[in-house]
Amino acid sequence: MSFVLLLSVFIIATCGLIYELIAGALASYLLGDSVTQFSTIIGVYLFSMGIGSYLSKFIHRNLIGFFVRVEILVGLVGGSSAAILFLAFESVESFRVLLYSLVSLTGILVGIEIPILMRILQNQMDFKDLVSRVFTVDYIGALMASLLFPLVLMPYLGLMKSGFFFGALNVSVALWTLHYFKESIPAMRSLRALAIGALIFLVLGFSMADEILSFAESLSYRDKVIYSKTTQYQRLVLTKTKNDVRLYLNGNLQFSSADEYRYHESLVHVGLAALPEAKSVLILGGGDGLAAREVLKYPNIESVTLVDLDPLMTKIFSANEELVNLNKGSLQSPKLKVINQDAFIWLRQSPDTYDYVIIDFPDPSNYSIGKLYSNTFYRELKKRMSPGGMVVVQSTSPYVAKNAFWCVVKTLESEGFVTNPYHVYVPSFGEWGFILGTFQPFTLATRYPELLKFVSVESVPSMFIFPADMKAPEVEVNKLNNQSLVRYFEAEWSHYLE
Amino acid sequence: MNFSNLKISRRWFLKSGLIGTSLLAAVGLWRYRQSHRSWSGSIQGANHKLGHLLRDLPSYPREQGPHHSVLIVGGGVSGLSAAWWLQKKNFKDFVLLEMDEEVGGNSRSGKNSVSAYPWGAHYVPLPSETAHTVRELFEELGVIKGYKNKQPIYNEYYLCSDPEERLFVNGNWQEGHIPQVALSADQKRQYQEFFQEINRLKKQTGKDGKPAFTIPIALSSQDPEFLKWDTITFQKWMESYQWDSEYLHWYVNYCCRDDFGAPYDQVSAWAGIHYFASRSGEAANADSDTVLTWPEGNGWLVQKLEEKVQSHVRKNSFVIGIKQHKQKTEVEILDTKNKTIQVWTADQVIFAAPRFIAKRVIADFAQNTDSYEYSPWLVANITLKKFPLQKGEHLAWDNVNYYSRSLGYVVATHQNLSTQSATVISYYKPLDEDTPSAMRKMALQKNYDEWAFEVVTDLQARHPEIAEQIQNLDVWIWGHGMIIPRPGFIWGKEQALRQASVGRLHFAHTDMSGISIFEEAQYWGVEAAKKCLNTLS
Repeated sequence: MSFVLLLSVFIIATCGLIYELIAGALASYLLGDSVTQFSTIIGVYLFSMGIGSYLSKFIHRNLIGFFVRVEILVGLVGGSSAAILFLAFESVESFRVLLYSLVSLTGILVGIEIPILMRILQNQMDFKDLVSRVFTVDYIGALMASLLFPLVLMPYLGLMKSGFFFGALNVSVALWTLHYFKESIPAMRSLRALAIGALIFLVLGFSMADEILSFAESLSYRDKVIYSKTTQYQRLVLTKTKNDVRLYLNGNLQFSSADEYRYHESLVHVGLAALPEAKSVLILGGGDGLAAREVLKYPNIESVTLVDLDPLMTKIFSANEELVNLNKGSLQSPKLKVINQDAFIWLRQSPDTYDYVIIDFPDPSNYSIGKLYSNTFYRELKKRMSPGGMVVVQSTSPYVAKNAFWCVVKTLESEGFVTNPYHVYVPSFGEWGFILGTFQPFTLATRYPELLKFVSVESVPSMFIFPADMKAPEVEVNKLNNQSLVRYFEAEWSHYLE
Repeated sequence: MNFSNLKISRRWFLKSGLIGTSLLAAVGLWRYRQSHRSWSGSIQGANHKLGHLLRDLPSYPREQGPHHSVLIVGGGVSGLSAAWWLQKKNFKDFVLLEMDEEVGGNSRSGKNSVSAYPWGAHYVPLPSETAHTVRELFEELGVIKGYKNKQPIYNEYYLCSDPEERLFVNGNWQEGHIPQVALSADQKRQYQEFFQEINRLKKQTGKDGKPAFTIPIALSSQDPEFLKWDTITFQKWMESYQWDSEYLHWYVNYCCRDDFGAPYDQVSAWAGIHYFASRSGEAANADSDTVLTWPEGNGWLVQKLEEKVQSHVRKNSFVIGIKQHKQKTEVEILDTKNKTIQVWTADQVIFAAPRFIAKRVIADFAQNTDSYEYSPWLVANITLKKFPLQKGEHLAWDNVNYYSRSLGYVVATHQNLSTQSATVISYYKPLDEDTPSAMRKMALQKNYDEWAFEVVTDLQARHPEIAEQIQNLDVWIWGHGMIIPRPGFIWGKEQALRQASVGRLHFAHTDMSGISIFEEAQYWGVEAAKKCLNTLS
């Protein structure tokens, strides 16, 4: 019998340390700064074990029954803690409070276990044997855990599955103890039912860990995720409500079907309508086909070349029914040619010139995208534009990131473009900015395509007015060797989101 | 309740312990093998074949070869630059002899389906005005596109993209290589004083009217006021200012190991100051501390130089003997492909190889070369499916870990305009824990697995998930990577002898300067070419 109990000590020691390691790893994964996270988690955990050991003296009767209850509880709390923390990370205000509460609770329960067990065993052997054996087995269990965790658990099971697995082990110890001591435990049946219930819960959790993980991710999106895929280049997520489809790239909203017309009409028509002779259009980025949809409203446009890095993007936007409805099948238009290549590289190799160029890249949130907004890029671009041509550049929010916006203006000007910045309000984005680059002074169009919902002869002139809170005094030109735009952008958006 | 049999048997305890331990050991070993097998790679560059060829030397047939006005021995940057200059001056009758299958010396580079990458030198700082021939070459190659207010306009694709450098220190990655995190007021003051002093020295000129520290070294002032620093170590010089900040010392030591392959307590203070105070190049379109770089490092320059003189380059030509006669010089070549020995003759010979081999090659070579010490280097090129970055982290071009003995790694795809995720990183480590000869001996005994383990373990300290991303890992051991400017080497009494020609034999190598950089190699190559042209005309 004492063999059974000592084996329990071994298992619960292993489990206990595993919970601690899971919490530490999870905290450093979600919060960063691994040294601090591990250190504070271990400290709080050990301290809580001390509290648990202290509390154990208040238990007087039915020690084995109590031990079984503690085991079930440790299994449930410790086992599901990884899952709980993952799920809560996006929605809980003070994640740290939850994290340390869970760690403390687990620590207290684990701290109760060993003293109780020792008291169960105290009449069965000498005190010196008891202490020596219990702690020997305890520490071997700890070694086992510390080796298993990095070598086997992390690489093969992951945090969530490891948690559920060891939770189930804990509950198994409870069941096992119940089996051996069935005569001496009151309310044995109800306890067994409880343990079996807990075990089923944990096994279910283990088998559904992947689903829980993707659900946890979907919590960071407001709406139902209808499609998500990680390609070589980016993570692509589509969400849907009754009358709104949204596209996210790497977690950043690209459009909402409810108001994207404001964005795309402004992006395309302000410039293109002023070029009635234009025949060829180049779209860089814009693999969703929405800008192309607007371009195809002009009968004078004979060819559209769309260069988007990600083949998956152009593929789902020409195959998925809902999305094709949205872009009116623009990507299948015989006038349109899709090229899946890096825009910068393609630009340097391409021999053709275009009358109107639409640049719809993601915001300059990292250094590889920052290169696509550099003076060098615009110099290459100029070579691809016909003499009377124009370019429009989506240039983030001039309200949130004014330095970033005016940095793009200044960069275009440094390469000899006449710039005509304008902005519109897109409810799902906020105040959004575009820059029209021309070679001659720009005159507004006198007519626009029919049936537009936003752009009109009346609405356009006001777009060019910038109030004082959207102006920036002095900014640097964005170059490959200073990446000033990415620096502005990061500083301004992180300040705004604080 | 029955607790009759209470003792766990000792056998049970031992047995389960043993089973548990062997289980863990098996899992560990399996994991190691798994991670180990997941990439390919080998030790590159070691020319084992050459050793065999030399052993069988007497059995090869001897042939008489052609005569040329000039023969250049060695196809590193010095040799290629000599060839470039001759070609430029419309001189046609010369051949460059390269022992390997490729030219480039320690600016060699490699290439795979992901990227080109350097095997050695990987950047050139903006050349200062005194580096005339470097500027001339850069104009020819389109690296300099023009001038604006006398400042060169550089081709943006070759200026190192931002962010250039980052350093891991005190738990965080920071921009730049100078530790900036958690400094005390005193440490800040020391940085300030150090850079003030460097800036002062940058502008100094000696009594001879020459700049105190410039590139090429030969154009620097010989005022004893500055040359006295060549007799002490850089560390001693630092201490003479009472600078004791750990960070400042780390930074200065890092720079010495990076440029000279030896720590700052083993190199000349003059050389150390020269590193900081000689780089006064400016650009119309970049900051003055920007560097020029290419995916293949200085291998790009090597390729361009080679293209210019291609018809004069003869590879697989291992020069085993040089003998000056009254009228002409005999150059014995082991043709490593055809396994023949050819005896070529020339009017002038440029010896553009490291000086330590001169004794073995040049007949009656009397100079003592014991003072020439070379640092051994480890360079590893690691091809990654993608770089495992953590949240909020940006990769820079040059990434350094304060706590590692390596110099960190350079990202070959940094200058790329595409957003490809696969990359190659070049890992550099001077083998300077012991004397160069002891380290060379040690390096010879290590096999591929040991090198790979060393490199990956070091990288894992900052990037725990990197092993899973490795597709290929190649290692190159440079036995004699670069000359070490020990105190007294650069400006000591042997300097004149080192730089002088011996009869019709001219030398061209960074050994003559004492620091191994592109500009010095090119300077001596061009100088040797000029000597040939002068003598012949």
